[in-house]
Amino acid sequence: MQLELSPADAEFRARMREFFTTKVPQEIRDTVLDGRHLTRDQIVESQRVLNAEGLAVPHWPTEWGGQDWTDLQRHLWHEEMQRAGVPIPLAFNASMIGPVIAQFGTEEQKARFLPDTANLDIWWSQGFSEPDAGSDLASLRTTAVRDGDDWVVNGQKTWTTLGQHGDWIFTLVRTDPEVKKQAGISMLLIDMTTPGVEVRPIELIDGGHEVNEVWFTDVRVPGDLLVGEPGQGWTIAKFLLGNERVGVAPVGATKRALAGLKTVAAAQMEDPMVRARVAELENQLLALELTALRVVAHSAGGEPHPASSVLKLRGTELQQAVSELALDLAGPASLASRADEDSPQEGWARRSAPTYLNFRKASIYGGSNEIQRQIISRTILGL
Amino acid sequence: MDFTYDDEQQALREAVRGLLATAYADHDARRRTVADEPGFDRALWGRLAEMGVLGLPFAEEHGGVGAGPVEIGIVCQELGRVLAPEPYLASVVHAGGLVAALGSPEQKADLLGRLSAGEVVLAAADTSPGGRWASRADGVRASVSGDTWTLDGVADPVVAGGSADVLVVTAALPDEGGTGVFVVDAADVERTGYAAADLSRAASVRFAGSAATPLGAPGRDLAPSIATISDLTRIMGANQSLGVMQSQVRATTDYLKSRKQFGVTLNTFQALTFRAADMYVSLELAHSMVDWATMTIAGGDREAVAEAADRVGLEVSRAGRHIGQEAIQLHGGIGMTAEYAVGVGTAHLEVLDQWLGNAPHHLSRLAGRVTDHELVEALS
Repeated sequence: MQLELSPADAEFRARMREFFTTKVPQEIRDTVLDGRHLTRDQIVESQRVLNAEGLAVPHWPTEWGGQDWTDLQRHLWHEEMQRAGVPIPLAFNASMIGPVIAQFGTEEQKARFLPDTANLDIWWSQGFSEPDAGSDLASLRTTAVRDGDDWVVNGQKTWTTLGQHGDWIFTLVRTDPEVKKQAGISMLLIDMTTPGVEVRPIELIDGGHEVNEVWFTDVRVPGDLLVGEPGQGWTIAKFLLGNERVGVAPVGATKRALAGLKTVAAAQMEDPMVRARVAELENQLLALELTALRVVAHSAGGEPHPASSVLKLRGTELQQAVSELALDLAGPASLASRADEDSPQEGWARRSAPTYLNFRKASIYGGSNEIQRQIISRTILGL
Repeated sequence: MDFTYDDEQQALREAVRGLLATAYADHDARRRTVADEPGFDRALWGRLAEMGVLGLPFAEEHGGVGAGPVEIGIVCQELGRVLAPEPYLASVVHAGGLVAALGSPEQKADLLGRLSAGEVVLAAADTSPGGRWASRADGVRASVSGDTWTLDGVADPVVAGGSADVLVVTAALPDEGGTGVFVVDAADVERTGYAAADLSRAASVRFAGSAATPLGAPGRDLAPSIATISDLTRIMGANQSLGVMQSQVRATTDYLKSRKQFGVTLNTFQALTFRAADMYVSLELAHSMVDWATMTIAGGDREAVAEAADRVGLEVSRAGRHIGQEAIQLHGGIGMTAEYAVGVGTAHLEVLDQWLGNAPHHLSRLAGRVTDHELVEALS
């Protein structure tokens, strides 16, 4: 057992820290650090800066831009990005569909999509959830029916995050209604400009436009946009969701948010009750960060550490807890959440209520925290 | 950065686990042992000495093994796992730690040599009645006449104080001179032993002109060193708590799989399995902090160790209460009985916390320093 990073890893971390804090535009980083919304252009610009340095998709196969890093290096990369306020490469591209195409796609699909996906020349959306298929994803009903070389898609997806920016959407569709429900699912890549695709915004409790419904009406999709084999969609989805869980505990960002509160609400740090809440949260975040490091250290052989499911569960709880603290520190100032920019209330305080409300999503998405408890009790404890 | 044990550490774990399993594999053996004086198994203590476990922290020149904090942590975890009542933390880690840090070469060779060999039991007397984790003594006062030192006052609780042969006592020095540390022969004091909630032993110790030998050079204010040894003991106590909590989670999981109610096993009920999952979350987070705090000791920085002791103390206290309470609740009535280990384990977790530092204490100290830093750094 040893606490220090090896000299090579320490140097790696220093290199990441320097790049992220000097090469990514300050305006973009300030937007993240202040907790403001990034524009589409900012997200794209940031990812392209990273991609030019080979830092956008380090976990992909090396022939498509991957870096062949150790799990620890990948962890350090991820933490340092959050610490510096650099937007994490768009998850739909970098963590979800990219690895899927690299693993299951045809050579033609790889060449056509992977470079553009890494560079965010294509903005991908995720078309998995449906109104009656959330955690129970296998119940999805959107259909794709063969018609010559094409598939004809009908149905509705929901919770399509940032779908208003999407160029393409990767979807799970039912291609065979006759077999066991998991076996009848396939994955299709769909150009969102195709006739019959309609994106409708969903207004959320924080007032923002973050998610959408996507409707498909007789949408014709060329047959060469099927990923893998017909009926292989469930296997692909499990592979994709397994990737999604990596880095799902936003420790660096939550630490940064908590540290920011100490600065913006400095006067309240004199209050012993506030100090105690901050100290408690700092300790819990340290325990979580150390657990993430333990998981990374044990993942070297390819087998994830069983404690990895703790990360999503606890990571989102702490993310939410820090947003609660911010709201309490803001107090009456938080009422000005939809006031104009010339409001006398400070920005962080005005954003505190929408942020608190927005982060309620964290314990729902990516496999709700109840699903995580199910995983822990079944697969780890054998209950 | 590496959170794994090497082969030798793994071998140590297996050896200690094996020895303790022969003594305490079933909880009845522990119950029989704590029922009679001295509250632990002297034969087992001797076998721990033969294995080198009692001398683990001490330099070879003083009769010890010269092992590091990770090895000592492993021993403490294994002791916790079976709720072993042997006073390893009190005698070896705490009192022995004071001697190793402050004693003269002769005192170290003598006391640590005999402690390592299992010939004497030491106990640290550093708490006054009503006192709370202070490194400044206020219950015992030292007087000096020529070269002769004597002590007066009361220390309580003194963990393992009833069975100790030698007491290592913190006492207020004359003329507001700070806190000194003294070695006192147990024959020169008046002791009243008692059992704590987990049936481990402590004592009330009264000094009345008791002859005392200063540890190291006389007359120095040793409060900072005393605090550091307390911090180290706190971290090792957290290792012991980790062992207890691991057993609690395992026992609870096994119970949910085997116990039938309404014709089905308890793990059929999701409300119960979710609570077990939350116990596991607490356990793994505490485990990470225990490993980190233990590794922090190797860096040797006193302030870093103090910080680590507070952080692990807070985390383990919170986790211990959660896991201990849930272990009893999910076992139902059987968890309330003395014949079953889970309830006693919950008591042991509390005894460790209230002895070494509870959550409000550590949180208060951390809260006092919260604006001294921007971020808490896990890796230097």
